[in-house]
Amino acid sequence: MTATDLKGAVPTPNLTGFTMPITAALGAFFGLLAGQATGAGAFFGLLSGAVVGAVLAYILVTLVPYKTGRWAAIAVMAIVGFAFGGKIGIVVGLLAGAVMGWCAYWLHTGRYRASVPPYATAGQVLWHNTFKLICGLILFFLIAPIVIIIPLSFNAQDFFTFTPEMLALDPAGFSLKHYQDFFTNDDWLRPLKNSVIIAPFATIISVSLGTLAAIGLSQSHVPFRRAIMAILISPMIVPLIISATGMFFFYSQMGLFLENTFGMSKSLSGYIKVILAHAALGIPFVIITVTATLVGFDNSLTRAAANMGATPATTFFRVQMPLILPGVISGALFAFITSFDEVVVVLFVGAAAQKTLPWQMFTGLREQISPTILAVATILVVLSILLLTTVELLRRRSERLRGMSPG
Amino acid sequence: MKLTTTLMASSALVMASTSAFADGHMASEMTIVSWGGAYSASQQAAYHDPYSEMAGVTIINDESSAEAVAKLRAMNEAGNVTWDVVDVVASDAIRLCDEGLALEIDADTQLADGDDGSKASDDFGDLLVSDCFIPQIVYSTTAGYRTDLVGDTPPTSICALFDTDTYPGMRSLEKRPINNMEWALLCDGVAKEDVYDVLETKEGQAQAFAKLDTIKDSVVWWSAGADTPQLLADGEVVMGTTYNGRLFALIEEQKQPVGMLWDAQVFDLDGWIIPTGLSPEREARALDYVKFATDTQRLADQAKYISYGPARASSAPLVGKHATLGIDMAQHMPTDPENAKNTFLYNYEWWADYRDDLDAKFQAWLSQ
Amino acid sequence: MTDTAQSGPVLAADGRPLKASLNRALRRQKMRAMLLIAPLLFFILITFVVPIGQMLFRSVENQIVSDTLPRTTQMLGDWDASTGAAPDTPVFAALTKDLMVAVEKKQHTRLGSRLNYETTGVSSLFRKTGRKVDDMGEGYTDQFVDLDPKWEDPVFWADLMADPAASALPMTQDAYAAFADTIISEDGDDPREEQPWHTVYLSLYQDLSAGADVGSLPAEVATAQTAAVTFQTEDLIAAFADIDEDWLSVDTWQTIQTYSPAFTNGYFLNAVDRQKTPDGSEWRPEDQQIYLTLFVRTMIMSLTITFSCILLGYPVAWLLANLPMRQANLLMILVLLPFWTSLLVRTSAWKVLLQQQGVINEIVVWLGLVADDNRLALINNATGTVIAMTHILLPFMILPLYSVMKTIPPSYLRAAKSLGATNWTAFWRVYFPQSVPGIGAGSILVFILSIGYYITPEIVGGTKGVFISNRIAYHISSSLNWGLAAALGAILLVVVLLLYWAYDRIVGIDNVKLGG
Repeated sequence: MTATDLKGAVPTPNLTGFTMPITAALGAFFGLLAGQATGAGAFFGLLSGAVVGAVLAYILVTLVPYKTGRWAAIAVMAIVGFAFGGKIGIVVGLLAGAVMGWCAYWLHTGRYRASVPPYATAGQVLWHNTFKLICGLILFFLIAPIVIIIPLSFNAQDFFTFTPEMLALDPAGFSLKHYQDFFTNDDWLRPLKNSVIIAPFATIISVSLGTLAAIGLSQSHVPFRRAIMAILISPMIVPLIISATGMFFFYSQMGLFLENTFGMSKSLSGYIKVILAHAALGIPFVIITVTATLVGFDNSLTRAAANMGATPATTFFRVQMPLILPGVISGALFAFITSFDEVVVVLFVGAAAQKTLPWQMFTGLREQISPTILAVATILVVLSILLLTTVELLRRRSERLRGMSPG
Repeated sequence: MKLTTTLMASSALVMASTSAFADGHMASEMTIVSWGGAYSASQQAAYHDPYSEMAGVTIINDESSAEAVAKLRAMNEAGNVTWDVVDVVASDAIRLCDEGLALEIDADTQLADGDDGSKASDDFGDLLVSDCFIPQIVYSTTAGYRTDLVGDTPPTSICALFDTDTYPGMRSLEKRPINNMEWALLCDGVAKEDVYDVLETKEGQAQAFAKLDTIKDSVVWWSAGADTPQLLADGEVVMGTTYNGRLFALIEEQKQPVGMLWDAQVFDLDGWIIPTGLSPEREARALDYVKFATDTQRLADQAKYISYGPARASSAPLVGKHATLGIDMAQHMPTDPENAKNTFLYNYEWWADYRDDLDAKFQAWLSQ
Repeated sequence: MTDTAQSGPVLAADGRPLKASLNRALRRQKMRAMLLIAPLLFFILITFVVPIGQMLFRSVENQIVSDTLPRTTQMLGDWDASTGAAPDTPVFAALTKDLMVAVEKKQHTRLGSRLNYETTGVSSLFRKTGRKVDDMGEGYTDQFVDLDPKWEDPVFWADLMADPAASALPMTQDAYAAFADTIISEDGDDPREEQPWHTVYLSLYQDLSAGADVGSLPAEVATAQTAAVTFQTEDLIAAFADIDEDWLSVDTWQTIQTYSPAFTNGYFLNAVDRQKTPDGSEWRPEDQQIYLTLFVRTMIMSLTITFSCILLGYPVAWLLANLPMRQANLLMILVLLPFWTSLLVRTSAWKVLLQQQGVINEIVVWLGLVADDNRLALINNATGTVIAMTHILLPFMILPLYSVMKTIPPSYLRAAKSLGATNWTAFWRVYFPQSVPGIGAGSILVFILSIGYYITPEIVGGTKGVFISNRIAYHISSSLNWGLAAALGAILLVVVLLLYWAYDRIVGIDNVKLGG
């Protein structure tokens, strides 16, 4: 969209009385920081920042069209930054240019009022935008650690430290060796394989049993409903360390039983133990999500299906299942991640042959800190973005199927 | 519904995973438990690989030594001991021996004689601190400091830890009473040989805590061995205690600006135990492995990969150069005469008694 | 049923009374529901509830003392600690016999570590004594053998003890049985080939001096009884005191006596900073009190974390609920992303961010907001734990809040405003009350999860930011004091269950929704 598209919507604000002062204030803020950081003095920074902000705003909104202007602002500020602060200055300048350029157009075109009703007072508009800023900061807080680990995973050194070379953006400070380590080191690949074996099986168990039980629980007359619910939710409410030690005993005995009675190998019984333990931990999530979906489920649909001669199994798979599928999938994902990210229980219940990825990370953090952990995490972050996007697409599809309006 | 597809997919999964299970199922395999990281790697190269080749046994590495006492106890109660040989520190070995969880070993009949013809019990000497314990390495807990952060007078004494005037900044200490209490007393003027007698009294404990109080605000407490090297590399602490092998890796392999303070280093031992409750053939194989892995040559070999001193006196002359760095390892051993000018002997027996009591007091002190 | 049929009830299609038919349908429905639930219930009971119960049972279990020292604990029953004197010779004799068996079975050191939790020094006391106990009573053996070499003969002993009349020598019989059992089970030897332990001779001496009626036993016994009067007695008390003075200390014996019963509340007392004494309990010395502090700290920190999660989660949930679906879902990915990143990695990342030379401190110092020598202490304290845990648990707050806010029609707020309410009144009186169930759901989830955490506090908590779970983990994996760990865990669990119950009462557990 271009600046002219939006101009018609709301009256253009006053340039000298509104857009320029605010952009100048923003510029003053950046100037203050830059002045402090480069040692040029806080007051000098403040002043020059304000001037730059005001001039930038004036030139941009009066002379330059939107797209060109945004890029021009970024380029100009990057050059200014470089002049003052060298390589790091470029990064700061890019940032300041982007923010200030955006701000000038955002204010000038009136887009800042776009999501509030036209009758809103100035105070309301201010509050609305402040609120959005606060939310943005909270969301930033949420992803800040993830943002941090990605550059660190390319560290050329073996520590979780931003080295001077990295800060100077020197290519020598970066390397792919931790990724290479991950893909060539059996100490990482075996745990990955184990995690990929254990998590799906644990998920299948929790989802199949959990969904059935949730359907049972959602029926209208269930005796001892509260008590049953409490028991089923218990793996979530018992502190993990207690669960881990409790399970640890019982599962040792169970392992012995499996080996002696069924003649299983130690390795097989080991996998079964971890899978069962993880399945138990994942069940509360499945129960909670599926029960929640079933609250909105119209039971007349199953009756209608039965009326038309469908067997209970057919009714379940053809009528009920597709409708509660989003709940089941989200429960399954929670159960999957519970297993995939679980370290305390597997540390106790598992044996060497069942070492999972979190376990290897845990040993790594204790015995030999290496950014390979961060490389793994980065890979997993990318995978989870893909996964979440898939879920979102699936969700949209299911809503279309249910005839809801796609958002 | 796509039930058939689901079924086919899951049976494929089952098949894929059964083949995954199958490769861990062999007749002659043994599980050896150790600490992980560089230490396990050194054992792999010095002991496991040659033994596998010689005896045709597949060795599975379990990196659970940190949880070894707890897990062994549970395995024992459940009657299902899955470990064959376990690497533990000496104090854990004493605990396990006390609990009847580790097999008692007769050094002279069950371990190899030294290359110089000495009996095993003489070769290991005082290091056989428990009937169940087969010493492997001598390591020490000692301090390292940032060479670029201590000014012109690098510390030469352990008491630099307590000297925040000369060496301002944070220091990292282990989050447990052991070692810290002893150093505190040493630096508070208690003679080395009196430390445990003093620490046995209420006043002595108060004295140690009072000394620790003086630096309490400048301490980062660590619980994992990898913490101090990371903190030193970050410049987060000026000095910190850790195991000498970690400092060696930090200085020689990672080339960090860190110096080693060998003063009042506390020797400790790490070695093998064999769990009780193994079947006779597993026990025999475990004993065979231990006999092999703790002979003179093997112990000397390990020093090629990590800077821990071999536990046998007869191995010391055989210590050579680092496998990849090519530097002489002897001078990096905690037992090297140059480094061992002032050492502190850790009293296992004493700590076995006072550990519970002092730990409660230490934790209470920490949380004040 | 016939009664109702006679009074002309409504009949169902199959001719049965409608009421009965409905009842049957209801029963069937219940059955079906239970059948659906049963597999999972069974699964959870087996794989989770039973193991946890087993674990928590350890908090009262204490058979180890009476199992290892059966004779001693029985004899100690009459001993009165308030006399200030250690018990008499018979108790030491019983201890000798118990220890002899325990040493052979390698159980004495285990008992030593158990009692060392209560009284410092017992561990080495038992270890040291264990090494020397097999010499105790040797004097009696020598004197019996000197009297008649037959007393050295294992077969003679075996036959003597098999004699029905041997019941006249109860202690000897008991000691011999213990000897025979242990020899068979531990060494796999035949008692007919092994000379009995000295403790058997000691018992024989005790029986004989007590004036046992040995008339129907072989003559050697009667001869021995006559001779025993002149036997030189062995001072067992002195022998024990020689090994360690602590055997004369009332404290040692009091500990054994106090922990004699098979079940104890001692672990629970320890878990609340008290200690068991012969007559009830008392506070532990102040320098050892830690658990109450930790429980209180765990509660306060968990509340702080819950509160900061509400503070940060509420605006984001509101935004998510009020944005158009497509935008909301994009932002939702940001919320979920950390949720799917390994906990260990996130915690390490916080370490990189928060430490003194970390990213945040570097930036604020670079900007000149704080002086270089006055960097912010954001980690290794309670602040670090609160920041990292808030981050980790925030999605658990946002998701339930979001799902509740999603159901509040935006028209309510508009209606309130059009009726003249200010923005604040409209929010506080109309919107907020409707979002309370979401806050409840999120809070309980965050609170419960946070009091059970221990890895994150361990890594970023330093000394002031660790929770009670850290101590539980320590007692499980390092000190092996599992009874105490179980007691601490049980207390924690009771707190959580109370909260859960309160929550279920107020909000209802069905109302928790995790996204979806």
